[in-house]
Amino acid sequence: MAGPVLEMRSIVKTFPGVKALSDVTLTVQQGEVHAICGENGAGKSTLMKVLSGVHPHGSYEGEILFEGEVCQFKDIRASEQQGIVIIHQELALVPYLSIAENIFLGNEHATRGLINWNETLRHATELLRRVGLSDHPETRVADIGVGKQQLVEIAKALSKKVKLLILDEPTAALNDEDSGKLLDLILELKKQGITSIIISHKLNEIRKVADSVTIIRDGRSIETLDVKAPETTEDRIISGMVGRDLDHRFPERTPHEPEEGAAPALEIRNWTVHHPIDQQRKVVDDVTINVRRGEIVGIAGLMGAGRTELAMSVFGRTYGRYGGGTVLKDGKEIRTKTVAEAVGHGIAYVTEDRKHYGLNLIDTINRNISLSALGKVAKRGIVDEHEERQVAEGFRKTMNIKAPTVFEPVGKLSGGNQQKVVLSKWIFAGPDVLILDEPTRGIDVGAKFEIYTVIDKLAAEGKAVVFISSELPELLGMCDRIYTMAAGRLTGEVPRAEATQEVLMRQMTKDKEVTR
Amino acid sequence: MSTDVTDKSPAAAPPGRSGGSAPGGGLLQLMLDGMRRNMRQYGMLLALGLIVALFAVWTDGDLLLPRNVSNLVLQNSYILILAIGMMLVIIAGHIDLSVGSLTAFVGAFAAVLTVQHNVSWPIAVVLCLLAGAAAGAAQGFFIAYLGIPSFIVTLAGMLVFRGVTEILLEGQTLGPFPDGLQKMGNGFLPEVGPETNYHNITLLLGLVLIAFVVLQEVRDRKRQQEFALDVAPRNIFLLKLVAIVAALLVVTLLLASYKGAPIILLILGALVVGYGYVMRNAVFGRHIYAIGGNLPAAKLSGVKDKKVTFLVFLNMGVLAALAGLAIAARLNAASPKAGLNYELEAIASAFIGGASMSGGVGTVLGAIIGGLVLGVLNNGMNLLSVGTDWQQVIKGLALLAAVGFDVWNKRKGVS
Repeated sequence: MAGPVLEMRSIVKTFPGVKALSDVTLTVQQGEVHAICGENGAGKSTLMKVLSGVHPHGSYEGEILFEGEVCQFKDIRASEQQGIVIIHQELALVPYLSIAENIFLGNEHATRGLINWNETLRHATELLRRVGLSDHPETRVADIGVGKQQLVEIAKALSKKVKLLILDEPTAALNDEDSGKLLDLILELKKQGITSIIISHKLNEIRKVADSVTIIRDGRSIETLDVKAPETTEDRIISGMVGRDLDHRFPERTPHEPEEGAAPALEIRNWTVHHPIDQQRKVVDDVTINVRRGEIVGIAGLMGAGRTELAMSVFGRTYGRYGGGTVLKDGKEIRTKTVAEAVGHGIAYVTEDRKHYGLNLIDTINRNISLSALGKVAKRGIVDEHEERQVAEGFRKTMNIKAPTVFEPVGKLSGGNQQKVVLSKWIFAGPDVLILDEPTRGIDVGAKFEIYTVIDKLAAEGKAVVFISSELPELLGMCDRIYTMAAGRLTGEVPRAEATQEVLMRQMTKDKEVTR
Repeated sequence: MSTDVTDKSPAAAPPGRSGGSAPGGGLLQLMLDGMRRNMRQYGMLLALGLIVALFAVWTDGDLLLPRNVSNLVLQNSYILILAIGMMLVIIAGHIDLSVGSLTAFVGAFAAVLTVQHNVSWPIAVVLCLLAGAAAGAAQGFFIAYLGIPSFIVTLAGMLVFRGVTEILLEGQTLGPFPDGLQKMGNGFLPEVGPETNYHNITLLLGLVLIAFVVLQEVRDRKRQQEFALDVAPRNIFLLKLVAIVAALLVVTLLLASYKGAPIILLILGALVVGYGYVMRNAVFGRHIYAIGGNLPAAKLSGVKDKKVTFLVFLNMGVLAALAGLAIAARLNAASPKAGLNYELEAIASAFIGGASMSGGVGTVLGAIIGGLVLGVLNNGMNLLSVGTDWQQVIKGLALLAAVGFDVWNKRKGVS
């Protein structure tokens, strides 16, 4: 090997309230395919944003050396001029422009502001050939599939004279065939001398294309392994990804004793959901789960496993297209076609994306808390502000929401306090079953413990809790049982006593082979 | 005033405050925040006061002559009625371009009923309001249930209703209206009681209103104190009370020394109080703010967003019908060109009064203040014989300045 092309030394990146990267060192050799893996939220994407200048120089600590020179990128353009191109998880293509127009967007073949179409098409055709795409360059991007769009992104990168290509979960939205093609292309580009960094948590992919893998955990680089070495097994990588101690503190929990004979509070049977746009794709595939009163049941899974989609489609069909399955409450089948019906049956869903789906950020704490159950503080359609304020004040004290008054707009609160408002809102609705989707995402350790305590109390009061999380220690610390999902399918059910991070991670990375 | 403002903690730090301080901000920050919020709330009111004062000076006091104040109310009442409905539409995150045409259509409908078919005027009024409701409901259906953007639906409505108006009227002006209907646009409260220099009922109504407002303010403050919440310092509160009382008293006296309170003002007053209450206290009002503020979150909270949107447009139709009746009654004729560009005035009123393009923000009172800013500008410039050409330029700049100030103020709040 010709020595390192990229060195990132002791990178530290802090967001308000959260340390996303606390110490990451990454060395990528010239001409290799280097994989980065780690759990959701480990800091992989943040690291790549630091590298590509999305987080400009000065907003992080540490040093970046590319081809031996110190880099201080102030934006993406600066990093692209050096030949570092990042392809994000969400593709950045304009759907109603042609392939050729997309490839040269912001970088047009033009003289004095007028586009030279002949040159554009010639060059586009050449690039498309390199990535193995036979579509005409004047085809609209909206008219080709996601797999081909991914290839257009790579063609766009090639047009920028890429030396280091970064792919963030490139196969997350692709089917097997397209994934295979893409991985082959990465190997082909490697032969042409292009170095790649690929972020992925599909271990079989990493084994197929990568030369080495760096594992990131909790914002630190743990180790770099040689993928081709015999001792680098999938288990070895898994233990690197999860090998953290249970250093978070959890409230003392007495495990739930299942009642004999009682029907589960909530049971979801054979639930299938199709993608809202790509209706061939099953996002949730024949999933059956249940949760009893007083029980906390976890759902573990990596990005794209279909956990949120499962929850939201059950909660008033708020995601995707229904493809079959039934919901039973206390043994009786119920309708949950609308949110109002689901809430009426005592189901609450606390979203993973509190800013977009959970809160009206411009409105006040008290009005956010009361929204899902306004009827409780209203008589004949008129809200009793007096009572509403008392309710909100009550939650402010019991949930320890740090705000001077309940009339503070929730947009001004910290993430942890916003989360407490969302939880208050749904506790106020008085549900029997709470589906909590990543309830501790993006909040600090102290607030996490407070949220755990609340969840524990809810279970102790006899509520059934479904706990969706990407943090395995959190699931292990809180749950009575844990389901695992991968690629829309249920891949396992593990009781508390048998659950370890390694067991769960193995089932979460099973992908599709097992079910075939 | 013998109101017992039992104020135990007049200073700026009531006991409840110590419970928790905002993350990363001290008392000073809180005070600045409070000022900024008040700024947003009172900024336009101050601007309105300033505009009134300026024009009063420029017109040598003509602006505030009893006759002119009375005129000002009559001229602007329909824009204000439209502005109330428009505020709801904009808070819900939509827009309604059809209301100007709809007022013309309703006026024409009223004329056809009463003039051509001799329908008695109360029945005609009810039929007109129903027609407005139907028009609003139709548009609301397309917007809420079929998901067609409100801009498109109401743009279509604007053309359709204007066209139908011209068809109904065959391009002619139709009138006059029966007396009862005319009163709605032009009439005043009847005069009774002993001979004074003032209009007795108007005076009485004004005093009752003042007493009511003062009582309400004091009760509000007391209840806030019961909960140990932030209240304005006592002297500022008193200042505010005095200002409100003075303003109401001046308007009452001005109206009472001419022909008394116009009937349309009473209707408008009832609408302001009613809609203000609904938007603040009713579940329906809350749901409007919720879907405008964050539609996905509102849906996931079980708010029936489609129904709410539908009702908001239905309501806009009814209010447009009411405004249409008022216009026709005032002009004493239905004209194919009635209500031209009124939708734009109503929209401008809402935005001057603090609405936001993205929805979720605004108050009924704000819409009224915004409408009055435009109305006083109109009237004042008329008195100064400013041509309509320049009037439009100045009104346009006023809208830009008002919203620009708001954006600037908000950005300062963020940084």
